[in-house]
Amino acid sequence: MSDSKDNTQTAGSALIPLPDPSPVLKEMLDIYPPKVARKRAKHIRVNDPHDVPEVEANVRTIPGIITQRGCCYAGCKGVVIGPIKDLVQIVHGPIGCSYYAWGTRRNLANQDPSVESYMPYCFSTDLTEDEIIFGGEKKLRAAIQEAYELFHPKAIAVFSTCPVGLIGDDVHAVARQAKADLGINVFGFSCEGYKGVSQSAGHHIANNGVFKNMVGIKEPETPFTNPFRINVLGEYNIGGDAWEIERVLTRCGIEVVATFSGNALYDQIGQSHHANLNVVMCHRSINYMAEMMETKFGIPWIKVNFIGADSMSKSLRKIAQYFDDAGLSERVEAVIAEELSALKAVREDVTRRCSGKLALCYAGGSRSHHWRELFKDIEMRLVSAGYEFAHRDDYEGSRVASSIKVDADSRNIEELAVEADPERYRPRKTQEQVAVLEENGLKLATYDGMMPDMEANAIVIDDISHHEMEKMIEFYKPDIFCSGIKDKFVIEKMGVPCKQIHSYDYGGPYAGYKGAANFYRDIDTMINSSARRFLKAPWESQPELQANFAVRPEKKKG
Amino acid sequence: MTENSSASAVTTNACKQCAPLGATVAFKGIEGAMPFIHGGQGCATYIRRYLISHFKEPVDVASSSFSDDTAIFGGESNLRVGLDNVARKYAPSLIGVSTTCLAETIGENLPAIMRRHLESKQGAAFPLLAPVSTPSYRGTHVDGFNAVVRAVIEQRASASDRCGGVNVLPGFVSCADLRHLKEIIGSFDIPYTLLPDYSDTLDAPTQSDYVPLADGGTTLAEIAAMAGRDATIQMSRTLAPEASGGSWLAENRGVPLHTLGLPIGIRETDRLVDLLSGLTGRDATKWLIGERGRLIDAYIDGHKYVFEKKVAIYGEEDLVAGLTSLVAEIGMTPVLCASGGASGKLAAAIRSVAPNCTPVVREGADFKAITDELRALKPDLMIGNSKGYKTARELGVPLVRAGFPIHDRIGGSRLLHLGYRGAQRLFDEIVNTLIARTQDESPVGYSYM
Repeated sequence: MSDSKDNTQTAGSALIPLPDPSPVLKEMLDIYPPKVARKRAKHIRVNDPHDVPEVEANVRTIPGIITQRGCCYAGCKGVVIGPIKDLVQIVHGPIGCSYYAWGTRRNLANQDPSVESYMPYCFSTDLTEDEIIFGGEKKLRAAIQEAYELFHPKAIAVFSTCPVGLIGDDVHAVARQAKADLGINVFGFSCEGYKGVSQSAGHHIANNGVFKNMVGIKEPETPFTNPFRINVLGEYNIGGDAWEIERVLTRCGIEVVATFSGNALYDQIGQSHHANLNVVMCHRSINYMAEMMETKFGIPWIKVNFIGADSMSKSLRKIAQYFDDAGLSERVEAVIAEELSALKAVREDVTRRCSGKLALCYAGGSRSHHWRELFKDIEMRLVSAGYEFAHRDDYEGSRVASSIKVDADSRNIEELAVEADPERYRPRKTQEQVAVLEENGLKLATYDGMMPDMEANAIVIDDISHHEMEKMIEFYKPDIFCSGIKDKFVIEKMGVPCKQIHSYDYGGPYAGYKGAANFYRDIDTMINSSARRFLKAPWESQPELQANFAVRPEKKKG
Repeated sequence: MTENSSASAVTTNACKQCAPLGATVAFKGIEGAMPFIHGGQGCATYIRRYLISHFKEPVDVASSSFSDDTAIFGGESNLRVGLDNVARKYAPSLIGVSTTCLAETIGENLPAIMRRHLESKQGAAFPLLAPVSTPSYRGTHVDGFNAVVRAVIEQRASASDRCGGVNVLPGFVSCADLRHLKEIIGSFDIPYTLLPDYSDTLDAPTQSDYVPLADGGTTLAEIAAMAGRDATIQMSRTLAPEASGGSWLAENRGVPLHTLGLPIGIRETDRLVDLLSGLTGRDATKWLIGERGRLIDAYIDGHKYVFEKKVAIYGEEDLVAGLTSLVAEIGMTPVLCASGGASGKLAAAIRSVAPNCTPVVREGADFKAITDELRALKPDLMIGNSKGYKTARELGVPLVRAGFPIHDRIGGSRLLHLGYRGAQRLFDEIVNTLIARTQDESPVGYSYM
C-alpha cells in the first residue's frame, strides 16, 4: 500500500490537466530587484510528481518581503512546548513575547479539575531596561521561586527571548540551581527569536529539550498491558483534533500513551518510552523526536495523516498493518466502515456543491499536505501549495534528507548525540519482521513529502510572500485559500474566502471522521456563502488579467 | 485609595503589550505609511497576528528579519534591503521604522542608517523614513504609540506659516472613536489635524479592487501643518511632557497645549466641547446638544439599575481614567482601577475625574493582581478588554468589553467609547448587562424588567 501517486488516477481520468504556469511565474518575479528575484526563483517550482524538482527551503527570509514566518521562540514555546498543560512555562524577556503567545494558537486543553493546568496563564519576567543593562538572572530566579510557591507544579520550563541571549543571562545555570533548590524538574530552552531562519529552529530546540528533560523519566504506576500502544507525535490539539483522533483510536483498541504535545501531561511524556510505535503527524516539528526515540528506545515510527476521512482510514490501516494482529485489523475495518457510513450523507451533499472547485494551501510545515486529503474527500483540487518553514524533505520526501546542505543557520542548532539506552533499548520488531512489513508496502521511518502527492504543473512556493500570494490568487481565482490569520484578511479583501488552517477560524476539530464532517460543512458554507455574492473580485474589473492568466481547469463533462 | 505597583518578579497574565505593537498602530494612522519593525521577524509576525485578531483587517508589517549573525554584527544591511523591498512593492509615502528590544540591545543607530540609505539613493525618489525608538523592555504599547506620535511630529511638523485650527492627539482609541471625534471637531467648522487616524486603514470597507495600503490616515500635509496651528488638544491625563508630541509643539513651535482626559462620559466630553467652543467662538451644534440631552435622559431612566453597583475597570491608563469618570457620574462605585501601565499618574487622574470615589488604584498590575484584589472587592461588573474574561469567568462577574484587545467578540474596532454618543452606548450596555444578569438569576423568569 502506497500513500503517494494516488493523484494520478484522479488527475488523469476526471480532470483537465493544470496548465503550464511558467508565464505567470516570470511576471511574478519581475517586480523584484534582480538579486531578490534570483533568490526567490529557487523557492518556486512547477511540480512534476514523477520527477519531483528540488525546492530551496529553510533558508533566510529576505527582509521586507512580508513573510508569514515567525521566530525560533514561537516554534519552541508557541508550538511544541506550549500545549503541555501541567508544565509551568516562564518566558524570560520583555512582555510582548509572552503576551502574544498567550492562548493564541488554540491548542486546546480540557480543564479536568483533578489535573493542574496552566494553559490559561502567561508567565513572564517582563524585563525592563535596568535588567537589560545589569542582567536578568536575579529576576528569573525570583520568578521561578514565586511560580513554584504559587502552584507547586511538577516542573517548570524557562524560555529565552532575543535580548536574553545578547545580555548573556545563563538560563540553564539558573534552571539547574532552581532544580537543586526546589527539588522539582526545572529546565531552560535557549530559543532566542533570532536563532535559525524561522520557527523551525525552535521546533528542533524544543525536541532536544523534551527528549533530554522529559522523555523516559517516569515509570507508570501500573504497567501498560495493551500491546497496541502508541505515541501521537506532532499533534497539537488545535480545535480539539487530538480528542477526535483519540476517540477513533480508542474505538479501534489502540491506546495513546502520550500525544506530543496537544493536551499533554508532563507525566504522559515522561512515560512515552513505553509506546510500541510512534506515529508522526506534523513531520516538520517533531521528526527529530521520532528519530531520537527510535535510536534510544527502539520505537519505530511511521508517518500518518489523520486529516481527511479517507486519509484517516488509510492511517488506521497502516497502524494495524504494523501491529500485524488479525483481531486489531478486524476492529479497525469495522470502525472505518461505521465511521464512513455515518459520514456518507454530509460528504455526498457537500461534494455535490464543491466538486471541481479549486483550493490553495499555504501553511506551516506539514499542514498543506494534510489538508489536500480533506479537499480530496469532497473532490476539490489543491492546485498550489507551500510551506512557511518546511525543509526540503517536507516537500520532496525523506529520500533527499541526507543530501540537504547544512548552512550556518542550521549548524547553530544543537544536534543531540543519541545512543541506544543500555537498559531500556528494546527493538519492537525484528529485522525480519521489518523486512516483511516493508515488502508489503509499509514504509517505516520515511515520509514521502508533499510534492509526489500533488498534480503535475501545480505551483509550489516556499515561504510565500504577500506579493506572490496575490499573484497566485489572480492566476487561479481559487474558490478557497487556506492560510493563517496574518494573510486571511488580505485574501478576503481580494474576494476569496480564506480558511485559517492554523487556528481553524475558531472552529474544529477537523481531524478524524467527525472533524472531516465539520470541515466539509465549513468549507461549503464559506464557498457558497450568500454574503460573498456581494463582493466583486479584483479581476472582474480587469479584463486584461482575465485574458492573460485565466486558467480555470474545469471538470470534464461526462 | 491605595496605590501600589506589583512587587512580583513574575508577571502573571499581563495587562499590557509591548511598545512596537503600539508603534505599529500609530504608523497605520498616517496616510500611505508602511510600518516596519527593525528586529527579529517574530516581532512583526506576532504583532501582526495580534492586531489582526482585534481589527480583523489586513495589517502588513515589514521586518528586517534578524538572524544569528545580524544580532552580532548589526542589522544595517538587513534594514536597507528591507526598506528597498518595501519601497518597491508598496510604494509607500513613508516607512515608519520602530525598533525592538533586540535592535536596541545591540545599539542600532537608526537615524544614521537611514541617513546613509537615503544618501545612497543620490537624490532618486524614495519614501520618507521615520525612525522611532521603541524597545519592548521600556514601557507598554501605549508608550510605543505615543513615541511614534511624538517622533512623527518632531520629524514632520515643519510648517512655518500659521495656518490656524487645532491639533488633536487622541491616543490609542478605537476606529469608531476616531470617526466620531472627526464628526465632533468637524461640527465646529475648524481646520484640524487628527494624529494618528487609522479609522479607515484599520477598518476599511470592502472594495472591488484590493489596495495593499488602504486609503485613509492623517496626511503628511496635515502633519506638516501641526506646527502652524492655534492649539493642540491632547487627550491624556497620564502622558509625561517629555513623551508628548503636544508638549514638543508647545515648546518648539509655540502651539499652546490643552490637556484633557479621554472624553468618556458627560463631564469629560463637556470639557472637550467647551474647549472647542472656546477656541472657535462657536456654540456646540444642535445634534451634539441633542445627544447630550438624550444621554442625561437615559442616565435618569437607567439609574435604578446601576446606582451603587460595584465596578472594576482595567486596561490602558487613560481609558481606565475615562471609564472611571463615566461610572462615577452614573452612580456606580468604582472599586478597582487597574492598568499594566505605570506612568505614576493614574491615581491622580482618578482623583481628578472621580473625586468622591475611593477605588483601589493599581499601576503596573497584571491579571493575577487584579484577580486577587477582586476576590475581596466582589464587584458586580467588570469593564475592560478580552483578557479579563478568565477573571470574570472565575469570579462569576459579567464583563462589558472595552478597549484593546477584543478577540472574543466581533467588532472591537467599532466599539465607540468617546463623546456623548460613546457614553450612551457604554451606558446602555452596562445597564443591559446588569439587567440580563438579574433576569438570568431570577427564579421567576420576568420578561418585564
